[in-house]
Amino acid sequence: MVNTGMHAYLTAFATLEESLNGRSAAPLHELRRSAIRRFEKLGFPGTRDEAWFHTNVAPLARTSFRTSTQADARRLWKTEDAIEDLASSRLVFINGFFSAENSRTEDLPDGVRAGSLAALLATEPEWVEDHIARHAAYEERPFVALNTAFLQDGAYVYIPRGAAVETPIHVVFVSSASDSASVSHPRMLVLAEENSQATIVETYTGGGAYFTNAVSEVVAGDGAIVDHYKLELESPEAFHVATMQCRQGARSDLCTHAISLGGKLVRNEVNALLAGEAGEATVNGFYLTDREQHIDNHTLIEHAEPNCNSHELYKGILGGRSSGVFRGKIHVHQKAQETDAYQSNQSLLISDDADVNTKPQLEIYADQVKCSHGATIGQLDRNAVFYLRSRGLNDDTAQRILIHAFAIDILNRVKPEPVRNYLERIVMEKFERARDTGNLP
Amino acid sequence: MLEINDLHASVEGAVILAGIDLRINAGEIHAIMGPNGSGKSTLAQVLAGREEYEVTRGSVHYEGVDLLELDPEERAQAGIFMAFQYPVEIPGVNSAYFLRTALNELRKARGRDELDAMDFLALSREKLELVEMDESFLNRSVNEGFSGGEKKRNEIFQMAMLEPRLAIMDETDSGLDIDALKIVANGVNTLHRKTPGGAVLVVTHYQRLLNYIVPDFVHVLLNGRIVKSGGKELSQKLEAEGYDWLREESAVRLAND
Repeated sequence: MVNTGMHAYLTAFATLEESLNGRSAAPLHELRRSAIRRFEKLGFPGTRDEAWFHTNVAPLARTSFRTSTQADARRLWKTEDAIEDLASSRLVFINGFFSAENSRTEDLPDGVRAGSLAALLATEPEWVEDHIARHAAYEERPFVALNTAFLQDGAYVYIPRGAAVETPIHVVFVSSASDSASVSHPRMLVLAEENSQATIVETYTGGGAYFTNAVSEVVAGDGAIVDHYKLELESPEAFHVATMQCRQGARSDLCTHAISLGGKLVRNEVNALLAGEAGEATVNGFYLTDREQHIDNHTLIEHAEPNCNSHELYKGILGGRSSGVFRGKIHVHQKAQETDAYQSNQSLLISDDADVNTKPQLEIYADQVKCSHGATIGQLDRNAVFYLRSRGLNDDTAQRILIHAFAIDILNRVKPEPVRNYLERIVMEKFERARDTGNLP
Repeated sequence: MLEINDLHASVEGAVILAGIDLRINAGEIHAIMGPNGSGKSTLAQVLAGREEYEVTRGSVHYEGVDLLELDPEERAQAGIFMAFQYPVEIPGVNSAYFLRTALNELRKARGRDELDAMDFLALSREKLELVEMDESFLNRSVNEGFSGGEKKRNEIFQMAMLEPRLAIMDETDSGLDIDALKIVANGVNTLHRKTPGGAVLVVTHYQRLLNYIVPDFVHVLLNGRIVKSGGKELSQKLEAEGYDWLREESAVRLAND
């Protein structure tokens, strides 16, 4: 693939190296160097690549984005992106860089730490080097390689053994395009040690045309309980590529929910590795698309150890001329006996011009397992619409009630009430807005 | 109240109703009987406004208004209610929310104030008693996971809440045990008594329900036409002798035409 984008990244990397002034020998920079080399070799994925078959990144690849710098962090964050009534600690990043004035961490319990990776690199570089990029492998994933090459700042959350953080930790990544389209590479590292507990909410938002290339690593130690939400609320012109890599210890319980509403071209990759016995993984997602949005959800759940359970449910509503992709793989390793895994993808098409491609996959090497998957693609149930109308509800209200019911099934699984209310509101707002502009029925 | 003239309807090109004439006056209970495939359910669906059925000829007037011009919700607002043969399960839609929204739509259309949640609950309690249903029904998703009997009772509960002028029962008795059947019939009778000038159209395959909801008129539908009308004794004759004698009779008549 010929791309001017590649050239821009290589140039930006050279600029980054120059700016390091002697710190370029640090181990972290070795990591960046090998990552950019790998990215250069891999190039952008093409649609002949099986994992990108239905998602064409050419528009993204041929754009020369300006690479964001520390200076961007001084922009003001609009508090309207906050989740009302959510009492939380908050880390705000603007174009990938920590914004101290918008952040708030003073209420965190003793021993729990959360903040800027860049700041931590200055004081405890060894800690960062020990934990970063251990899980999100970049060798075969160009966007992870690209993120790793530009790794400078991002969020870290550390929950020590036995600690429980009762209020959610909200990590907000804001992109603000200035005169030219910019790219940022947000990074998040969550380390929840043995028997700890935390709720993490990630929000991606912004204005204008830009590219967010995010990588999150979430480690749940033995017996840890991690509840995670990713709210993708990017601007309508944005490109958003995000890779989340989770690693779960024995008896850990991880729930992750990827809610995708914004963006022009969106790719979410969620990979959960059940690396200890009797772990529990819940991987849910919801998407509502309009206009010419393209949202691709790609998940991999790896059962590497026995007696683990995984539950996966992705639901989407597609309108306008939008398109959706779901690919979900459950990989049961040979030693992962007594695995119980369930996966489902349900899409609702509410426009004649919308389409969705769904591909569930099971790869099973153990013999004592219970695995099932299913996918449905459909329109609103005409019988249900008629039933509601026959009781006096107009067509419009009947459809709205049914769409709400379809969505609420996922939103009801969102545990923090303020987040659930917030999502319910913005999902219905998007639905109304999309319909007003003629993108939905 | 309801006047059907020469009604023809088809679905996907197949003619189901081939010239129905029927007149229902205020206060009357009519029963439409007929074997499977005779078109009796289709008649109920056409009256409720299901779009899959295409009316190709004829007219339906309800209280002087051209019924076929109205959307399903407008028919409901005008006082028509159909109890479904197969009530639809709607996961994720709370029964109380749905019914309160529906009731308020009807009240708005009839120029009455909307009910708030408290008044709605009080009214619901009263009507739930009529069909011997527990209040917990209100918190469940519409028909989701209901037994056959619960679904039918829920239909009558909705009917009691929405207070129609013309109630259409589309094979409400199918799949009902005798206890549920009595509850349903009792509900319909009570509502009919309490609705002066209201009418009921009972569509059924069997005479059994008509022991409890006693019709003033019975019509037999065969091949999309009413081939015989009479009083309640007609339904007893059908129960005893089946439909074959009517098939022969109408075949002879067709041959003579």
